[in-house]
Amino acid sequence: MRRRQGGASASTKRVRMTFTTGEANILGATLPAPTARRQFSFAWLGVMPFLLFALLFLILPTMKIVVGSFQSNEGGFTLANIANLFQPSILAAYWISIKISVASALLGCFVGFLIAWAMVLGGLPGWLRSPILTFSGVASNFAGIPLAFAFLATFGRLGLVTLILRDWFDINIYGLGFNLLSFGGLTLTYLFFQIPLTVLIITPALDGMRREWREAASMLGATGFQYWRIVALPILWPSLLGTFALLFANSFGAVATAYALTGSSLSIVPILLFAQIRGDVLQDPHLGYALAFGMIVITGIANFIYIWLRARSERWVK
Amino acid sequence: MRANRIWSWLFVALGILYFAFPLVGTLEFSLKMRRGAYSLDAYAVVLGDPRFQQTFGYSVLMALATIVVGVLLVVPTAYWVRLKLPRWRPFMEFITLLPLVIPPIVIVFGYIRLYNTSSWLPLTGSAMGTNILLMFGYVVLALPYMYRAVDTGLRAIDIATLTEAAQSLGAGWVTILARVILPNVAVAVLSGAFLTFAIVIGEFVMAALLSRPAFGPYMQLLGANRAYEPAALAVIAFAITWACMALIQVVSRFAPKPPEQQH
Repeated sequence: MRRRQGGASASTKRVRMTFTTGEANILGATLPAPTARRQFSFAWLGVMPFLLFALLFLILPTMKIVVGSFQSNEGGFTLANIANLFQPSILAAYWISIKISVASALLGCFVGFLIAWAMVLGGLPGWLRSPILTFSGVASNFAGIPLAFAFLATFGRLGLVTLILRDWFDINIYGLGFNLLSFGGLTLTYLFFQIPLTVLIITPALDGMRREWREAASMLGATGFQYWRIVALPILWPSLLGTFALLFANSFGAVATAYALTGSSLSIVPILLFAQIRGDVLQDPHLGYALAFGMIVITGIANFIYIWLRARSERWVK
Repeated sequence: MRANRIWSWLFVALGILYFAFPLVGTLEFSLKMRRGAYSLDAYAVVLGDPRFQQTFGYSVLMALATIVVGVLLVVPTAYWVRLKLPRWRPFMEFITLLPLVIPPIVIVFGYIRLYNTSSWLPLTGSAMGTNILLMFGYVVLALPYMYRAVDTGLRAIDIATLTEAAQSLGAGWVTILARVILPNVAVAVLSGAFLTFAIVIGEFVMAALLSRPAFGPYMQLLGANRAYEPAALAVIAFAITWACMALIQVVSRFAPKPPEQQH
């Protein structure tokens, strides 16, 4: 700006000069920012308490587990603990954990998506939206021990649904092989927080779907099915997959519900780890570290997929 | 469109059935303690149990302490990052999302190994130390929700202008945070606080593995030994969760509207 004034005549130059110095003073309020960045700044000190807290109570404890899973009893480096994970009983625990998590995440995504779709785009009256979202907020946080009690009181041997089916319809679900303390029972229970969580996550994505897209598609002759296959699902795909990943990690790490429901009769990984921490049931402390490390790896992968896909899907939700 | 609407009602109706049955079933079961008639006996037994009162009181105190420490930790940090270190935001978001990645049982496992009696910081050596450790664990669990709530709240106000205005009137950092920033994000802080309360009050894994007399382990113990009382506990727990969410709804009516343009 000052350089361009070099060509101005001498009489106006003085006036302009005072004008520019005045302007520089006004700009001065914003100027220190770049210079402060060039100087050494102590601004990072302000987040030190937080980072110290995160280090002590989040990072270091986790690192302790990770390091411990690669340590032998004498403290040297070893891969034996990881190798020991590949024994049938532990593999079976991982397998049933993964099965329950995948099943409850898939069903949770599917049913939650249908409910969210019905609420946002299905032509339901608007007053339904607020109660559904509020209830989803409550139910997605209603996990742990009380949830197990609720399902025992409902689908247990003397539960409400069990008795209704037995007395009114003459169906004995326990005679048909249903067991709440099993893969199916646990999946059914987990759905109680998985479905509402899906509704909460997927609703903003559905809100971002424009009515014009549907109209444009049908104008070009697309059927409802084609609209979903070619337009809607490709847009929603990252949100849906991301939700799936979050639900997976959510149920994979859950201990309390399963523990209150099954005691330790169903050997899923979190329950096995719980018993190991309490009483070293595997009789090998470092195998416990490896078990926990395996959990971090699996939920870590699931969550990074979620974070990555969420970043991609947010491009559409403007 | 009409076919659409029928399907919509069907999905919502099925959803209501699935969610209503466990709630109604639990409520009904909790009233059946007296043979042949509905009664509130199970609630009377639970509420009259001194261990219920102790553990519930303990967990309420724990939740309040968690909220206070969480707010003291999160509000200044989120404010400072927004004001002075905007380029740190992705990193801070990553750190605060970590508790969703690492299962709580793994975190508490790390605590037990890292802070045992023979370590450099033997927090688990005394009851008070373990309480503090458990409280920090709860702060970690609440971190993703607390930080996001406060960060969103800060986005709705112009913190740079507020800070400069306060500074030009001679306010120091503590005054700015306590009397300018905190009142402006009070709604966000309260939302985070109620959610934290709902999470902490029934938490089981951390309390059980650190052997603290909290409400979660008490519920588990009762569930393993009794029939009707656990249903009553579940109804009480559901009511508490519901109350927390309702309070969030109530306070968010008072939230300042976010600016028109989204960043």
